[in-house]
Amino acid sequence: MAMTTQRRTLLAKSGVLAGLILGAVFAAGPVLWMLSSSFKSNTEIFELPPRLLTNSFSFDAYAAILTNSETLRFFFNSYLVAGAVTILTLLVAIHAAYAFSRFEFRGKRVLNVVIISVQAVPPITLLIPYFGLVVGLGLYNTYPGLILTYMVFTLPYAIIMMTGYMNTLPRELDEAVRVDGAGSLTALWRVLVPISVPGIVSVGIYTFMIAWNEYLFALTLTRTTEMRTVPIGIQLLMGQHSYEWNQIMAMSILGSIPVLILFLVLQRFFITGLTAGAVKS
Amino acid sequence: MSLRTVTPPDPETLLQGAPHRKRRQLRRAGESYGFLAPTLILLFVLMIVPIVMVIGYSFQDNVILKKSSEFTGTANYVTVLTDPAFWKATGNTVFFSTVSVAVHLVLGLTFAMLLNSPLISVTSRAVFRALYVLPWLFTAAVIAVLWRMLLSPNGIVNFLLNTDVEWLADPQLALGTVTFINIWAGYPFFMVSLLAGLQGIPQDLHEAASIDGASQVQRFWNVTIPQLRPIIISLLLLDLIWTSQQFALIWLTTGGGPIDVTEMLSTYTYKLAFANYDFSLAATAAVLILLMSLVLAVLYVRHQKARD
Repeated sequence: MAMTTQRRTLLAKSGVLAGLILGAVFAAGPVLWMLSSSFKSNTEIFELPPRLLTNSFSFDAYAAILTNSETLRFFFNSYLVAGAVTILTLLVAIHAAYAFSRFEFRGKRVLNVVIISVQAVPPITLLIPYFGLVVGLGLYNTYPGLILTYMVFTLPYAIIMMTGYMNTLPRELDEAVRVDGAGSLTALWRVLVPISVPGIVSVGIYTFMIAWNEYLFALTLTRTTEMRTVPIGIQLLMGQHSYEWNQIMAMSILGSIPVLILFLVLQRFFITGLTAGAVKS
Repeated sequence: MSLRTVTPPDPETLLQGAPHRKRRQLRRAGESYGFLAPTLILLFVLMIVPIVMVIGYSFQDNVILKKSSEFTGTANYVTVLTDPAFWKATGNTVFFSTVSVAVHLVLGLTFAMLLNSPLISVTSRAVFRALYVLPWLFTAAVIAVLWRMLLSPNGIVNFLLNTDVEWLADPQLALGTVTFINIWAGYPFFMVSLLAGLQGIPQDLHEAASIDGASQVQRFWNVTIPQLRPIIISLLLLDLIWTSQQFALIWLTTGGGPIDVTEMLSTYTYKLAFANYDFSLAATAAVLILLMSLVLAVLYVRHQKARD
């Protein structure tokens, strides 16, 4: 009897492990191949039979990307735009979340519905009037044009996540300060913001990811190579050097590093923050 | 924090306090709008104005590029709605979205259940979770170039399957292929959320069901699924909204081709605007897409409000 239970557990355990490994190959295999290809020579990438570990390991592709002023400019643009979007979104969202979490006001429910529904407005619907607006305002092919338009995608999530986070913090904390005579703004910045750091970090990462990855508006609202962001840069590289797969893969990895690092280092913060806002049961 | 003795307020001070409180409430209402002002301004400029603009464009001719636009009534709508390419794109979008979303759920739930299994150690759980989340961390441009390399005629996929196929250029295969790539890229969102949901299910529910003699399969259908239901519905709606709007992945893998087998509503509209420079027709298609999305939006908002 004891023997069969033990054997059954062992069987179940190997079943789970086999499933996990199969899933890991599906999920990580392509990524591993991208990494491996970035260290290969172009002829070796398509050599048969394919080899995961190259025998001509080199950083040449990375060196080519990092010494090219054009590709460096893509990174500069992406960091600048995503950084500015993150800071601005956080500033606006913290105040809005404070109002949603701590105040009762007329129109609260309607506004809440508006913010939730913004997520369902198709980007392609907004693209055409944005193009008209951005050109009309003289913001075509500029940083402010990109930064401003990205906020329509980052702000709703940021407000929803931030409100969810603030709702988990006891009201007594900031109310105590207010009772002592401090204004709401002081209560927010002196009390709530410092203890909301984990929430703010996760909202910030999510915002940065959205802005870093944005493609459609970056493609349409900029024109010159100096104004292009990383996602468009990868496409341009693909067009210009369509046979240099190692460089395309190196660029892809370098272009993913900010998000990878943010995610790996702050994974715990990120997932708790995300679920505090999004998954509420 | 100090503990304070709570004394019940006597009725007299409550009565005296009433007008004060009312004034305070009013002041606080004003204050809350102060905190919301930047959000309201941005939503007005970035949402309300553009939607009004795009609806306006759809009833005119020669918008944006030419100064002499004129009102044309519903002519643009007739043109778009009688264009077979529009309906082809609608059909492709429906196929691409529903298949992607269904498989995202199955795959996300499977991986979440495997990761939640008590049979594996904490360390291996952390390692596998990090691997499973990987595709989520890459932008569509990276996913597109990566799969173009993997799926090229002399690439590794053809080698492993011992085939010799143009996955993205064959009209028979292209739609299935882009759907597969989208499945690879999108399941982690389900997995992460469902894993959090699974960990939130009280253990005694499972224990009670076990004592009542429920098998593992019965417990899955009668305990796990009902507990996850609200999360699953949110995820399905949100993913359907996002997937039906996917542009970058299609644009960078097939561009809507070959012929038009992978043309989506987003690529169809984009081409009208930025390849044909017909912004009026593009605006019309964009309004029609907005109307279709409205159905999903209403369902999503209703569900979110029911959950609160």
